Amino acid sequence: MIELRGLSKRYGNRLAVAELSLEVAKGELLVLLGGSGSGKTTTLKMINRLIEPTSGSVRLDGDDVAALTPSDLRRRIGYAFQQVGLFPHLSVSENIGVTPSLLGWSPDQIRERVDTLLRLVELDPDEMRDRRPDELSGGQQQRAGVARALAARPRVMLLDEPFGALDPLTRQRLQDSFIRIRRELGVTAVFVTHDMTEALLLGDRIAVLSEGRMVQIGAPAELMRAPANDYVRQLLDTPRREAALVDSLLSTEDTA
Amino acid sequence: MNEQLALLPAYLTAHLQLTLLALAASAAVSLPLGIAATRVRWLEQPALAIAAVIQTIPSLALLAVMVPILATLQLQSIGFLPAFIGLSLYGILPILRNTVTGIAGVDPALKEAARGVGMTPAQQLRQIELPLAMPTIVAGLRTATVWTVGMATLSTPVGATSLGNYIFTGLQTRNFAAVLVGCVASAVLALLLDALVRSLEVGVRDRRPRLVKVAAAVTAALYLYTVGSLAGSLVGGGDRPISIGAKGFTEQYVLAELLTQWIEQETGQPTAQRQSLGSIVAFNALAAGDVDVYVDYSGTVWANVMGQTGIGSRAEVRSAVAQYLDETHGIQIAATLGFENAYSVAMRNEDADRLGIARISDLPPLGLTLSMGGDLEFFSRPEWTAIEEVYGLRLAEERTMDAGLMYQAAAEGAVDLISAYTTDGRITAYGLRVLDDDRGAIPPYDALVMVSDRLVEERPDVVEALGRLDGRIDVEAMRQMNLAVDEGGENPATVATEFLRSLAR
Ligand SMILES: Nc1ncnc2c1ncn2[C@@H]1O[C@H](COP(=O)(O)OP(=O)(O)OP(=O)(O)O)[C@@H](O)[C@H]1O
Ligand SMILES: [Mg+2]
Repeated sequence: MIELRGLSKRYGNRLAVAELSLEVAKGELLVLLGGSGSGKTTTLKMINRLIEPTSGSVRLDGDDVAALTPSDLRRRIGYAFQQVGLFPHLSVSENIGVTPSLLGWSPDQIRERVDTLLRLVELDPDEMRDRRPDELSGGQQQRAGVARALAARPRVMLLDEPFGALDPLTRQRLQDSFIRIRRELGVTAVFVTHDMTEALLLGDRIAVLSEGRMVQIGAPAELMRAPANDYVRQLLDTPRREAALVDSLLSTEDTA
Repeated sequence: MNEQLALLPAYLTAHLQLTLLALAASAAVSLPLGIAATRVRWLEQPALAIAAVIQTIPSLALLAVMVPILATLQLQSIGFLPAFIGLSLYGILPILRNTVTGIAGVDPALKEAARGVGMTPAQQLRQIELPLAMPTIVAGLRTATVWTVGMATLSTPVGATSLGNYIFTGLQTRNFAAVLVGCVASAVLALLLDALVRSLEVGVRDRRPRLVKVAAAVTAALYLYTVGSLAGSLVGGGDRPISIGAKGFTEQYVLAELLTQWIEQETGQPTAQRQSLGSIVAFNALAAGDVDVYVDYSGTVWANVMGQTGIGSRAEVRSAVAQYLDETHGIQIAATLGFENAYSVAMRNEDADRLGIARISDLPPLGLTLSMGGDLEFFSRPEWTAIEEVYGLRLAEERTMDAGLMYQAAAEGAVDLISAYTTDGRITAYGLRVLDDDRGAIPPYDALVMVSDRLVEERPDVVEALGRLDGRIDVEAMRQMNLAVDEGGENPATVATEFLRSLAR
């Protein structure tokens, strides 16, 4: 269980995150939704202490994370970076196996785990294992990044737009696999996305951020039924608006 | 050429010892310091500033300044140690700077990812930052390698053998084959070591275990050989070799060879030469007992060491010098060789005959019609001031020129007078005449075989053998030996051998 209490981060005299309080239940997936610069990444990084908060606290299963050794804390939490951040001097399999190896897994265990994960994110192990990250496409790198976050079988995951660079079909298949393993492992996750459809599909609950403040939190249906303001309403309406736009474009083509 | 190549193994080994050990020391200091500077922010500026200041000291001066510093610390002040320390200091900056910039230049997103996957700061350094900074660090190491190999040729004047011995001796004795061998050998060595570092880096980066193994094995073998040979020469069973010094000009090389062969012939003691020492370095080394014997000149000790400005007769100066050396440093004069290498005023024979000049006191009436060439320091030396004052000499023109060109200028009539060294063989060869210093304005420069108090104590037999050289070399003999090297292209060793053979007859 993740618990944020009055969490704030100040840069100069601007608040990147302001007085954020919320809870993510065990096994729950919370989507963080919000415009660019609304504080999503900052919030995520305060949870595993990549960024230290200016005030407020984060509790993980009841323990204040500020009291834990950062490296131990982070080995327990899978993190998929927005910028992927694969290590260029290590092979794909070494990148994915990095946390298990820090945890002292045996090479055999690591090899097996890496192959499983590569298949899971739809990369051919025999072809990809020994490549360097710069020999992968952007989407392939992103998938390797997700595999790295999953590698040590974490109970908690923080994912920062993990499927942003994928084509719609691959994206859908990976979303499905992700839902499946999350259920199997009972992972508690915070998932950042811009994509409303993805938010509705994956999120048990959605928290909407705007300029560092939380505007609304709730299950997708709740947000649909009673959006807190126009911004939330417009955001939630995006998939339908897009569908309508597609329909109208196609029908004009028919009549032409 | 062949006799030059015969020296190559010894010079190359000594050069490798200096270079490899100094590089290891530079790296051992600058890598941890560079890493520390990226962790402890306030360390970075001072560390880089100090390294940069060291770098601005001209390399020869940096090596030379080690001599008095080590002497003050009562450590071996000439030979391997000062060269090693100077070279090590010089190699710090490139490695330090590249370590700092290499680590600082690692993409912050990757450093954050390293923390994000659960690395401790030490793991982050070892697994991410150092590997990613490696190309930059290796580039610094390669710069340091090439610099150190090159700069090690400058360790000759502080008494450390290196490929520089070829260059310094060769330039002084006009043996260009030697200069060439020295330059080519050090250039090739620099390229080879650079290639070795480079192949290590490429092997690690591209994961080519065979390449890494070969390069690492070669490196290890070089270090083993270096350390082994150095340890061998330090421990080296048997007697400590008698250390014979030579300053950096032809006559000194010839005399050092002569003393070497004489000692080996008369006593069978092993010897080691320290060639091309700076003047002050040679004297300090003798005082410290790091050099056992070398030839210096009474006037040099009188003026440069004792700081005397007055002038005495040859005998007066000699005994004052002897007393001073004994009282202050325990240095003894084993022999007075019999010739003087003084400054003098020389003129073409035909001019002297035509103008009727035999002595310096004949010059003043003609002074304003005459021009004179002097070596780089002559006109600012006390000898010249003394000549001007004692004889009331005023000249039309004073021209400073390279000592090597001076004799030719006189022979061609480009100048009327030159400041010649009395033992320079070119005086005779170019048809010049030394004018008599009839009023004794120029201090005497008697060649003295000076020995350290340590040698007197440990090897009285050697001192006694040296004593048998007393009065055995006259000025004409010395001139002929110098000439054979300077103009005849002969080797100082050969010239010395021939002279000793003639002594025996
Ligand atoms: N190191 C920093 N120094 C100063 N300001 C920062 C820093 N990091 C982030 N910010 C600011 O904090 C705010 C929140 O940034 P954050 O990265 O959390 O946004 P985000 O919601 O993840 O945006 P995006 O969707 O574009 O990734 C932004 O206005 C950003 O400019
Ligand atoms: Mg972000």
